[in-house]
Amino acid sequence: MTRLHVQLAAAAALACLALAPVVLSPFSITLMNYIGIYSLVAIGLALLTGVGGIVSFGQAAFVGIAAYATAWVSALNGQSPWLGLLFGVVLTCGVAVILGVVTLRLQGHFLSLSTVAWGLAIGFLFGNVDGLGRFNGISSIPPISLGSFALVSSGQIYYLIWGIVALVLLLGYNLLDSRLGRAMRALRGGNTLVESLGINAFRIKLVTFVIAAFLASLSGWLYAHMSRFISPGPFDASMGIEYLMMTMVGGAGSLLGGVVGAAIVTLLKNSVQDYLPLIAKGASGQLEIVAFSALFILFLQWARQGIVPSIARYLPKIRRERPKPAPPLPRRPQPTPGELLLKVDGAERRFGGLVAVNNVSFEVKSGEILAVIGPNGAGKSTMFNCLTGALRVSKGEIVFAGRSIVRDPQSRIAKAGVARTFQHVKLRPRMSLLENVMLGTYGRTSSGLFAGAFRLNQREEASARHEALMQLERVGLGDKPFELAGNLPLGNQRILEIARALAADPALLVLDEPAAGLRRQEKLRLAELLRSLRADHLTILIVEHDMEFVMSLVDRIVVLDFGSKLCEGVPSAIRSDERVQEAYLGGVA
Amino acid sequence: MTSDIAAILAIDGIATGAVYALVAIGTVLIFTVTRVIFIPFGDIAAFTALTLAALDAKRFPGTGALVVVLACLATLIEIISLIRSGDIRLLPRALLFYLAIPLAVVGIAWLTMRMDPPLAVRLVLALMLITPIAPLLDRIVFRPIADGTVLLLLTVSVALHFALVGLGLLFFGPEGVRTEPLTSFSTEFAGVLISGQTMLIVIAALAFSGLLYLFFDFTLVGKSLRATAVNRTGSRLMGIRPARAGTIAYLLGSLMAGVSGILIAPVNTVFYDSGFLIGLKAFVGAIVGGMTSYPGAAIGAVGVGILESFASFQSSALKDVIVFSLLIPILIWRSLASLHSEEEIEE
Repeated sequence: MTRLHVQLAAAAALACLALAPVVLSPFSITLMNYIGIYSLVAIGLALLTGVGGIVSFGQAAFVGIAAYATAWVSALNGQSPWLGLLFGVVLTCGVAVILGVVTLRLQGHFLSLSTVAWGLAIGFLFGNVDGLGRFNGISSIPPISLGSFALVSSGQIYYLIWGIVALVLLLGYNLLDSRLGRAMRALRGGNTLVESLGINAFRIKLVTFVIAAFLASLSGWLYAHMSRFISPGPFDASMGIEYLMMTMVGGAGSLLGGVVGAAIVTLLKNSVQDYLPLIAKGASGQLEIVAFSALFILFLQWARQGIVPSIARYLPKIRRERPKPAPPLPRRPQPTPGELLLKVDGAERRFGGLVAVNNVSFEVKSGEILAVIGPNGAGKSTMFNCLTGALRVSKGEIVFAGRSIVRDPQSRIAKAGVARTFQHVKLRPRMSLLENVMLGTYGRTSSGLFAGAFRLNQREEASARHEALMQLERVGLGDKPFELAGNLPLGNQRILEIARALAADPALLVLDEPAAGLRRQEKLRLAELLRSLRADHLTILIVEHDMEFVMSLVDRIVVLDFGSKLCEGVPSAIRSDERVQEAYLGGVA
Repeated sequence: MTSDIAAILAIDGIATGAVYALVAIGTVLIFTVTRVIFIPFGDIAAFTALTLAALDAKRFPGTGALVVVLACLATLIEIISLIRSGDIRLLPRALLFYLAIPLAVVGIAWLTMRMDPPLAVRLVLALMLITPIAPLLDRIVFRPIADGTVLLLLTVSVALHFALVGLGLLFFGPEGVRTEPLTSFSTEFAGVLISGQTMLIVIAALAFSGLLYLFFDFTLVGKSLRATAVNRTGSRLMGIRPARAGTIAYLLGSLMAGVSGILIAPVNTVFYDSGFLIGLKAFVGAIVGGMTSYPGAAIGAVGVGILESFASFQSSALKDVIVFSLLIPILIWRSLASLHSEEEIEE
């Protein structure tokens, strides 16, 4: 399957949608309108939950804010629905920004629970505020009109609704395939990696959250002017859960899944309403919700992935072309070889009463490979985390390229030119090798939300793609750039992490136990790669356990033991040092 | 607001809070043992009140039919999974636990009903009928996805709540109930009238929390539950079956929810859907305790009760808005206070 096939399929789907009002009955068109309106919310939720990993139970509240806003403007104050759209979108996004700033730093299920909280609170508000009709709602909302043409019937507003859905899908898929979209997709799986790439995870989360709220507000506006009447019911907590249901049924993480999920849930609900009375007479109302919830639970038990990803597995893969040569991305000025690059001075890190790193000082000069070694529990990893900003030092100073970095957050240190790999490999297994490496170029590129959505970023994208391919080739993984990262063996995953770090054009490459878990052949290849990087004048700091690996590779070694520096020197001197032998072997017999 | 009113509101709040505390403790218990945030505990509490009201009115409660339906479903699922895994010899045991015992409970309740039992017996019957529900739901709904993420379990739990609300309407009807007070005793303390019901609620909450403490610290089963909470794999290696620990946790939890339902029934009118707000407010309390600490959950729940009491005095329409808005600062505080392992969200 090529790109052309996908475009043809999309065009066919659009043609079917455009012809639907001619063929279908008015009732079916009304149903289609609801599907379109719910799709918008579900697409936003797919972006938020499936892509960004933020589960929200409160989207119905955003729909409600926009619906009430436009009803207030148009029905109660007699202004144009278009003014209502503006007011609704601004108000919803404003509320989303405030809620996001307050809650998006929360971790794991605390964040989801907070969405339950504000979803409920806002939902209760609609029915209890004077001037918004309380539980009676607001009626006689005017229809949307284009010039003097009012969209009154369901066949008329149909084109507006599905036009917006199609546009949102197009822009959404563009966005996901851009610099910002890759950062969003990297959110799922934890902040550490994201921050280490120079990406401000909180900001990306906030942007994603506001986009989802924006889509919900479009949906609310359409809903208010289509049904011409609103009451608190359609915006309460149960509707919030229904939206989540749509997203999960369609397949969280897939934008198209939002539309498919909305269609399935809406049609299913409709047919449950139709057929349930036939099976169980006289018990229709209450059984509806039972049957519906039961179906949802069964669905989650049997197909957690959702429909679209399950089907997509059986479709032929989209064939892509290898990235073509493109103008290179800008490079940072590299320090002159031999110059002082990193200086750690009296670093100390305490965890309560435990001193994990105690008064450690060392220097890294540009162009050398320095290893920090030590037995288990020596404080290597803590030292490492302090260098990269994952932890703060309790005392002491760390200077990188002439600037103190002890107060900097991880993403700022990363931007300054420190690129790292992880002891426990952190990749995004469902992104391709190329995309994983492209994550590394985040700090060297600049296109934002609009450039991504409207594809104004193509020159920069081409450069980033080419850069990523070159780094893949440099480390020897260039033959299958579109393979998924999760399919690589561990040894190659470590190599891929190095390629990603290299794509950031670092001044200092920091490797956390790169040889851990590798087989002998893989270790030899890794050492070969690191030597070739040194030949390119790259400075490398390695924290390592494997003595043999380190001894044959590095220029100098710093030995830590029980949190303190034991000694420092060239490999041969370290090898013969009695204190080191004692630390490793428990004393010379 | 005068100090008299404040005192009355505070006492009212403590009583409501004590009811939430029982549910909150159950929520923490289930979460620590099974990682399920069991929202439907509020429904269990409401169903208990409705069951008791039906018994008082000399009608056999819908709970009986609910238990029978769930027992049949659970048995069916258990049999299928036993046949699939080839453990046919475990079949009699499964039939005993999932079919015979729940049906026996319903049978006993039905027979006892005919003898026009006194209040104390009706209370026991209501609790007996309600306790099998949560363990059966666990078998039907949660056991097949026990290895899922907390978020998956939470989503399922919320869906389950909606199913239960629908079932509640089906089995109990739309009428609200208010049962007779358990005691007519009342006393005056520092010029404020305290009803016996209020005192009973607080005493019951304290007694059950105390019993739970004894259970966890001084019995082997309690210790095995704590071990499961700390580390499922580790405790499995020690011969503890997580599934069994889960069942015990659900039994205990629904007992506590049942007691809270009985306590709240004479004070508030309970409808088939009252459970959601009880469950959520208890849950707010549980979050104050970080979903792990029983005393923390109890204190949090009492705090929610007091807050709700004062909020409803200020503006009865917006009291729920106030309570849930307050959850956000609490969550932020908890999130800052607790250290998280980084990679919680799996790909």
